[in-house]
Amino acid sequence: MTMSQTKETITPAASASFESAVSARNISKNYGDVEALRNMSLEFPRGQLTSLLGPSGCGKTTLLKIIAGLLKPTSGEVEVNGKKVTGPGPDRAFVFQDFALLPWATVLRNVAFGLEMRGVATSEREARAEKYIKEVGLAGFENAYPHELSGGMRQRVGLARALAVDAQVLLMDEPFSAVDEQTRRKFQEDLLQLVQNENKTFIFVTHSIEEAVYVSDQIAILLPRPSRVSEIIRPSSFRNKGVDNIRRDPEYLDIVDEIWASLRTYVE
Amino acid sequence: MTVFGYRLPGMSSLLLWGLLWEIVGQAGVTFFVPPLSEVLGTLFEILGTAAFQKALFETAYAFFAGVFFAIVIGIPTGILMGKSRLLDELLLPWVNVFLSAPLTALVPVLMVLFGFGMKSIIITTTLFAIWIIILNSRAGVRQINRSLVEMAHSFGASPTDAFFKIYFWAALPEILGGVRIGIIRAVKGVIIGQLLISIVGFGALFELYSANFLMGHFWAVLIVLFALAFTISEFLAYLERRVSYYAAKR
Repeated sequence: MTMSQTKETITPAASASFESAVSARNISKNYGDVEALRNMSLEFPRGQLTSLLGPSGCGKTTLLKIIAGLLKPTSGEVEVNGKKVTGPGPDRAFVFQDFALLPWATVLRNVAFGLEMRGVATSEREARAEKYIKEVGLAGFENAYPHELSGGMRQRVGLARALAVDAQVLLMDEPFSAVDEQTRRKFQEDLLQLVQNENKTFIFVTHSIEEAVYVSDQIAILLPRPSRVSEIIRPSSFRNKGVDNIRRDPEYLDIVDEIWASLRTYVE
Repeated sequence: MTVFGYRLPGMSSLLLWGLLWEIVGQAGVTFFVPPLSEVLGTLFEILGTAAFQKALFETAYAFFAGVFFAIVIGIPTGILMGKSRLLDELLLPWVNVFLSAPLTALVPVLMVLFGFGMKSIIITTTLFAIWIIILNSRAGVRQINRSLVEMAHSFGASPTDAFFKIYFWAALPEILGGVRIGIIRAVKGVIIGQLLISIVGFGALFELYSANFLMGHFWAVLIVLFALAFTISEFLAYLERRVSYYAAKR
């Protein structure tokens, strides 16, 4: 495990002794006889991106949905900004693997959906939606329908919808797994920008080792049977070297190899 | 379809069948089938008569009232059944029984319960239409993408919001399909009701014309009925095409 020393120079706001935005404490989740999570605890530093990485069946999506309040843990609790999670709340927004867009609604209405559910007046929510549509690079597509967009553009809509509600915590469930390789790389670069610019806490589920190391301030390696956090890795040196240099940084390559070495035995 | 390089307009086959009808009618094979030209002549003759217009009004009233109740009761029931396991377990057997039951046999029971008037005819119409509307709405809800439901939940949608903004729209293609088939069944329902319960409307005309062997009149009314049912059904098919852009991508 490597502790960050250079973090101060990168994200000064988040450096103050790694204050937790989200804490998961002793979470267990059973589906009947199947134990999905057992006594799992994890801290998520404010303003940073934490990846949950692990082989399939390790319970990473389950943990994310428990944090979102979409699933109830069998025991244990989640705190967001010191408040116990009892269900979905305005402090968290979710980005879905399959985008989960309303196919009968325009991009504008999809992005404004979270605000609509909060009872924000039409003109105000459309103005805010338009702002975030521009921010994710979809200006001009406000009145398009999801089926007219490519997979990558659809996920940008999903991202804009999550950003528009201005939640402090963004929960992303394998958000780039359903888009093509080149789009995914662009997404990863944009995500780094987003983490720097928005003062939000990101929790990011992925099954790609390279993706996790590329985008994360902190990587939690989850192992299955029983599900547990086996390791927490904090890359230290390559985050400030620019998006183009990360993939050939020695530390980046070392961490990728190290993670693969520990996950290898769990992959059939 | 194209024949010899010409694109035929829709329903061209009707011309062919109409021609066959005319030939059989002219040949005088049976009194039951008068020539189509004679039937059409009769049709325009009776369209203006007070008796026909009264029958049309009575039938349309019972039909639209019956369909209205079938829709406003059927769609919410179907959606709730699709959402709630408990309601589904409770109601599904009954829905399936009534869908396949010979409803005509139930009409005398309705007469005992609700009398011989318009009320019983409307209820008969509703009973013919409602079951397929319920089943289709239920099917539409059950195929809904789970992550849409989770999405609505995660953004804080209330149950009412979820019902009107997610479930209804997600199930709309199936709902419209159900309403279209339900309306076709309602046409049967309203005529059967008018024949069996009280002899009014088109039912009365059918009764009158067939009893007096006025086959030209009989067929003329049948054509009017077919045209009305066809128009409504095509309108719903048009609505279905309007939502088909997302039906395949939910």
